Amino acid sequence: MLVSIVSYGLALGAVYALIGITYNVMFAASRVFSFTAGMTGMLGGVLGALFIDRLGMPVIVGFVATLAAGAVLGIITEILTVRPVLKSLDQHLYVLSTLAFALMIQQLTAIEWSTEPQPFPRLLPIGPGLFDQQFWLPMVACAATIVGLEWLYRRTLIGRAFLAIAEDNYAARALGLPEQRLRIASYALAGVIGTLAGFTGAEMMLAYFGNGPLLNFYGFVPVALGGMGSNRGAVVGGLALGLFQQTANFLVGGIFASVAVFVVFIVVLLARPEGFAGAATARRV
Amino acid sequence: MKDLATSAPVAATRGLARLEALAPVLVLLIAGVCLPLFGDSYLGVIGTRACIYWVLVSGLNLVVGFAGQIAIGWVALLTLGAYVTSVLTAGAVAPELSPYLALAIAGLFGAIFGVIVGLPALRLRTFYFAMTTLGFATIVTQVALAWKSVTGGGVGVPGPIFPWPFASPWGFYFFCLGLALLCTWMTANIAASRFGRALVAIRDAEVAAEAVGISKPGLLVKVFLFSGAVAGVAGGLFASLQSYITPDAFTFDLSILFFIAILIGGRGSILGPLLGTIILTALPEFAAPLVAWSTFLYAVLLLIIVLAMPGGIAEVLDFKNRRPLERHREIRPRPELLGTLSNPDTSPAVLTLKGVSLSFGGVRAIDDLTLEIRAGEVHGLIGPNGSGKTTTLNVISGYYAPQQGQVFLRGKPLRPRAPHTRAAQGIARTFQTPRLIGAASVLENVMIGGSKDGRSTFVESLVALSRHRRDEAMLAQAAMTALSVVGLEQLAFARSDRLQHGELRFVEIARALMLRPSFLLLDEPAAGLSVEEIKRLGDLILTISRQGTGVLLVEHHADLIFDICDRVTVLNLGKVLASGTPAEIRAHREVVNAYLGG
Repeated sequence: MLVSIVSYGLALGAVYALIGITYNVMFAASRVFSFTAGMTGMLGGVLGALFIDRLGMPVIVGFVATLAAGAVLGIITEILTVRPVLKSLDQHLYVLSTLAFALMIQQLTAIEWSTEPQPFPRLLPIGPGLFDQQFWLPMVACAATIVGLEWLYRRTLIGRAFLAIAEDNYAARALGLPEQRLRIASYALAGVIGTLAGFTGAEMMLAYFGNGPLLNFYGFVPVALGGMGSNRGAVVGGLALGLFQQTANFLVGGIFASVAVFVVFIVVLLARPEGFAGAATARRV
Repeated sequence: MKDLATSAPVAATRGLARLEALAPVLVLLIAGVCLPLFGDSYLGVIGTRACIYWVLVSGLNLVVGFAGQIAIGWVALLTLGAYVTSVLTAGAVAPELSPYLALAIAGLFGAIFGVIVGLPALRLRTFYFAMTTLGFATIVTQVALAWKSVTGGGVGVPGPIFPWPFASPWGFYFFCLGLALLCTWMTANIAASRFGRALVAIRDAEVAAEAVGISKPGLLVKVFLFSGAVAGVAGGLFASLQSYITPDAFTFDLSILFFIAILIGGRGSILGPLLGTIILTALPEFAAPLVAWSTFLYAVLLLIIVLAMPGGIAEVLDFKNRRPLERHREIRPRPELLGTLSNPDTSPAVLTLKGVSLSFGGVRAIDDLTLEIRAGEVHGLIGPNGSGKTTTLNVISGYYAPQQGQVFLRGKPLRPRAPHTRAAQGIARTFQTPRLIGAASVLENVMIGGSKDGRSTFVESLVALSRHRRDEAMLAQAAMTALSVVGLEQLAFARSDRLQHGELRFVEIARALMLRPSFLLLDEPAAGLSVEEIKRLGDLILTISRQGTGVLLVEHHADLIFDICDRVTVLNLGKVLASGTPAEIRAHREVVNAYLGG
């Protein structure tokens, strides 16, 4: 039982962590939290099932096609809902525009795909058991993403340009960095990470349109608790959330587990609004 | 003379304002009473549903439309109210209650949970609050599904039936219509009160709101209580209309409908969201093939509104702000009218900074600054850009906490990092870039300055008791006088985002005067004014100070500083470079070299 709590909790936690990173990558490029983060996660599962099960693509082709769709979705998000409202960031219009776009994605999926959860194909011919692929795939995806992002940010020029924009996009633009192209690239990258989370987690969570808002919330919790913009915070927070949720699930039942998560979320945020890893920023007057 | 000049337009506006406030009530009343004449019972169901939705949306409107808090999961409170009413009426869990009593208890539950969901909004950024309301909505539905012994789980519970005289469908319709009218009237009262203005100030000019003494947490808690209560009541009515409720009845789509109705209607309006609610409720009924796509279309609508017409229906209906303003306007302050606004407390007060230091990262913004501002004097604070002038103002008004040293008023230390306490201490200020509510009229902007003088409570304003009406008359009168003092009374009813930059600076001064301040901090009031206007501004500032107010004037116009200041302090790199009378400063060699130029 303990093993099942741990493996299930860590696997779910890895998905939450990846969605948290999706939020962070978009936030770093634009200071915008986008409601499309959870939707890309949901689409990772739905598109994977669509490409592989319904259209009969080979697993690897379906996988690449899903991630590509995620990148396209990220680019559309940037052009349609973020760029037009960036000028007036303080009015928080992005909350509304990204929410609207997220709802459009969700409704379209509900109508064109299904409102019922659909099974997701098994990806690898490795048998069931405690170390089932549905558990370790999201964890591998999460680890690979973290290593990949670290490599990108620390070792490559384009990664350093990302960091420069995240630190101070005004100064970065003054230095001649193509801020707009980098922002588009960030959104595409976020789309890829989001769909990767959904694709690898889908055998566990199924291909279901309702996963969108769920992932939006549970993916945001680690970001808020770990400090926004901090990918390490998101991973630690995500895994902790997954374990906490599964333990509570086992001890007090599924519903009250969600209530417990919600209560912890609110209490922590009220006590430490900047999260555990984040530092309080001075306000501008 | 002066009374004649100001009271007539004030009376006229109050009439106009009352008509504006009544318009939504009248629209709803006429439409609502006419509906049964069609004799179509299905139309009655749609009408009832629109009324129920509006009961909820009217309260949510104060949260979303006025306070600008993005509450997207409000359906959770509808769900809660529906289950509380149904479960208490059914009598399976507790002794059976009268549906009316159960409805009141649903309102109570709604109020409590409204505050719980709202708590994060008091401290956190916008997106966090949107997320917590979303999370709450998800969880309430899950609890309703799982708590089978009480809610019946997926099977559900029967909704309440309201006994005589509202048992028939049309009877129930009139019950809902009555409550909808009541909510319209109450929220219109709040909108036209100092609370409504303060909510809009929190939305559009939060920093300025704090400076006039508006406490955001206190105000938002009241609004969440009210908004939650009406949402709970709406839930009870909804359960009765549905006659049987399951968790499926409360989809997130409903939440989106409520939220979008407000944005389509326009923020800061009552009539707009009312029309928005009616349209969104009725539309899918008359376009049956669209039902499956309705939420998708709402989302498209939301995107279009955010990107293309942020003002919503209300802006389309706002005819009076399309009339052109007079082209060649001049600001002619009348400082002689100040007498009625002056500070009643004439005891000689002193505002002192002692050894104040503050760094941002590695930059020493102010370094061991000691400063004394006396009542009845104009104290100039000058220095090159980045020398710490505005930071000094921000320390005095409590936005920043000094790392060393303290600020004293009448010998007592002022609380650091508590800007909303300054207004009550008689410290008023203006800002380097004017912080006004663009969507509100000039008069309303000035009235915000007097927020702390209001005596009526939120509940009194809700039902427009006499103290609320006295407050409004008093504030409008005082604001008109303040506008006459700065010479802008002819623009009192224009939307303030139509004014020129220079005029906005004078509006800010008028707002600050509403506090009858003991100390007035002015941050570059002359920037962008013409030479003639600067001279008039100088006279105005001088008169204000001679009434007993201590003025701290941050300015770059050397002429103005040397004309009107009693004492001048020169800052450089956060340190006092020189301090003394204007004559001494003008002769100070270092100051001339560093700043004034030879």
